[in-house]
Amino acid sequence: MIDRKWIGHELPASVLTIERSRLQFFAQAIGETDPVYTDATAARDAGYPDLPAPPTFLFAAELDSGAAFRLIDALQIPIAKLLHGEQSFTHHRPACVGDTVTVRSGISDIYAKKNGALEFVVKTSRATNQHDELVAELRSVLVCRH
Amino acid sequence: MNPPSFETVQVGDELPSLQLPPVNRTTLALFAGASGDHNPIHIDIDVARRAGMPDVFAQGMLGMAWLGRVLTGWAPQSRLRHFEARFQGITHLGNAMRCGGRVVEKLERDGERCVRIELQSANQYGQAKIVGEALVALP
Repeated sequence: MIDRKWIGHELPASVLTIERSRLQFFAQAIGETDPVYTDATAARDAGYPDLPAPPTFLFAAELDSGAAFRLIDALQIPIAKLLHGEQSFTHHRPACVGDTVTVRSGISDIYAKKNGALEFVVKTSRATNQHDELVAELRSVLVCRH
Repeated sequence: MNPPSFETVQVGDELPSLQLPPVNRTTLALFAGASGDHNPIHIDIDVARRAGMPDVFAQGMLGMAWLGRVLTGWAPQSRLRHFEARFQGITHLGNAMRCGGRVVEKLERDGERCVRIELQSANQYGQAKIVGEALVALP
């Protein structure tokens, strides 16, 4: 059973610099062919200062920093039992090439269903840019299958 | 792209759907690198088997990114206010996902005219893998 003491735990901040080649790689990996995501001129024509990070890209911040996997270790969830249950993004302003995004997360809930056969960990995050403006809010539900 | 307008969009309108090629190991390896999700269960068959899975399987966030393409292919991303997904089933190698969306409500939110969109991705056997929802502000 996951220790409920982790409710309220705050993860160390993860800092993600939005880089052009990374966004181009991400676009390729998801099959995105809209030039807004790979060509700075097309992005500027669409009203962005540079290539925008696609809608789910900021999930990378805590993967790159290692914070996401350190959390799984700390919660003692074996990777073989881990599932991603839900994910949401509330977008406030775009993050574009040249921006530095800081993601700060906390564990807002841990609960069980099916008499403990499934446990759920809810992580909520705020992503801000280098001007301390709110870029997005994220909510992840991780599932541990016992 | 002619972005949709609030006046012309109707409840029940379908967003242009996206048909993906079958998932293969290259897809998963590339997404692991691009997304930063290096969880070996998606790229290393030995780890997947030790976890009781028959083989590697797709990252949930890959499927969500595909649903994101449905949204941004329909309206500019700068209009996307909220996007959520519930991962209902595992997307296996060989699954060819079809991703689509449908306008289910026109509403006002925080002073903006928005549409609520239901999203779904299913494989070639009709098995739903992800269901989701989005809120898009329209001019």
